[in-house]
Amino acid sequence: MIWESWDAFWAMGGYALYVWGSFGMTLACIAGEVWLLRRQRRQVVSRLRRLQRFDSQ
Amino acid sequence: MLRFLIAVIRRDILLAARRRGDWLTAQFFFIMVTSLFPLGIGPEPAMLRTIGPGVVWVAALLACLLSLGRLYADDHRDGSLEQLLLAPYSNALLALGKAIAHWIINGIPLLLIAPVLGIQFGLPADALAVLVLSLAIGTPVLSLLGGIGAALTLGLRGGGVLITLLILPLYVPVLIFGAGAVDGTLSGTGAEAHLSLLGAVLVMALLVAPWISALALRVSVE
Amino acid sequence: MNLYRYASPATFHPLAGRLVPWFAALAAALAAAGLYISFFVAPTDFQQGEGYRIIFIHVPAAWMSMFIYIVMAFWSAIGLAWNTRLSFVMARALAPTGAMFTFVALWTGALWGKPMWGAWWVWDARLTSSLILLFLYVGYMALQAAIDDPRRADRAGALLNLVGVINVPIIYFSVKWWNTLHQGASVSLTRAPSMAQTMLWGMLVMALAAWMYTIAVALVRARTLILERERQTEWARAVLKEEA
Repeated sequence: MIWESWDAFWAMGGYALYVWGSFGMTLACIAGEVWLLRRQRRQVVSRLRRLQRFDSQ
Repeated sequence: MLRFLIAVIRRDILLAARRRGDWLTAQFFFIMVTSLFPLGIGPEPAMLRTIGPGVVWVAALLACLLSLGRLYADDHRDGSLEQLLLAPYSNALLALGKAIAHWIINGIPLLLIAPVLGIQFGLPADALAVLVLSLAIGTPVLSLLGGIGAALTLGLRGGGVLITLLILPLYVPVLIFGAGAVDGTLSGTGAEAHLSLLGAVLVMALLVAPWISALALRVSVE
Repeated sequence: MNLYRYASPATFHPLAGRLVPWFAALAAALAAAGLYISFFVAPTDFQQGEGYRIIFIHVPAAWMSMFIYIVMAFWSAIGLAWNTRLSFVMARALAPTGAMFTFVALWTGALWGKPMWGAWWVWDARLTSSLILLFLYVGYMALQAAIDDPRRADRAGALLNLVGVINVPIIYFSVKWWNTLHQGASVSLTRAPSMAQTMLWGMLVMALAAWMYTIAVALVRARTLILERERQTEWARAVLKEEA
């Protein structure tokens, strides 16, 4: 273990803002993309199903 | 083949001569944009001299984009573009002719206006000469690459803004080498390297851009 | 083995659906390993302190931003040459993820630059060309969004993508040239310090994780695009009936 304590880990030797800002933004981007993709898939499927029902009527 | 090329160019020049209002808009846009910079930044001569080449070049890019939206749009609307594409010559020849015509109509006036604008920014005589020379080599590239953008966005809603998004990133090397040539003259490091790189870009654009424009036209028209 | 079979949407859709969880799981495992290396294995840099740990995402993100554009161009070229619809769909499905990685590379570059260079943004050759790459992605996506007819959108996007990929090296060279003329050599983000070995491993594992993530996400996006386009066909109707 190279860190003396969890506090030292979160402090990142004074670079906390930069390090956690970078990793945090990356995580946010990935989470956002996954969320958008799921929503898009659901929307497309439900729209196509509605279209299909409309067609068969 | 050459006759077809010349016919395409002549046709566009004639059309532009009949609609002088459209044509003058881009030129005045060029003059106005460059004249706004000293008002925004301040009349300090040393400062103006350093930003001058970049400002004139950026304004030239924007003025060129302004007129590109109409490159194929008018012919597309009245149906003559389809006729031209059916001509028994390569469509790349048509795209090349269109780009040359665009350069003659919009590029050459920029060359003539640029020295006057350069004087506004206090550029010395040798820098003015390099400015005109760099524009002479660089603006054909703008017309050639812009032709691709015009062909891709043909008939789309919001085509005018879209074309700037597509094409401006591709203009970056031209801007860097063009404005850099003038900067080189001002700082005494010389302009030859920039100008020869600009020339290389022009050769590449001449070889590649007409073919891609022709493909893009076929995609957009079919 | 018949490769063409996999190019047919009716085969691709279920196959991709089965592959996605595997790639997602691989991405998560590799990311966990990469994060472990970047925070607990790699020692503190004697010059840059802990701030250098940003490069464990910055460098992989910058690699991905370029690779994805090139892979897109590969699919675009195949699509134009053999007229395979699936290739265009793949190129289109990759673009948003590529733009996302370019943005991450710029963002982390700025956060790295502030403590190291003392400025959020420096007109460094790498940062500047990443910015222009982001513009290229935005242009591609804007063109796709503006065209309603999928056939035209596919081809127009592919052509723009190919023009872009020819231009990327020219842009990179010109920006580098401009940069050396205007401010001399600047500190490079990838300058390898003494502990290069662990660092390289960390970056490689993170880059692999990013690859797996990109594949998973692109497959999901491609599935949705294909379902939308093929909604009139038998298999798409069957899929829609199944998926509630």
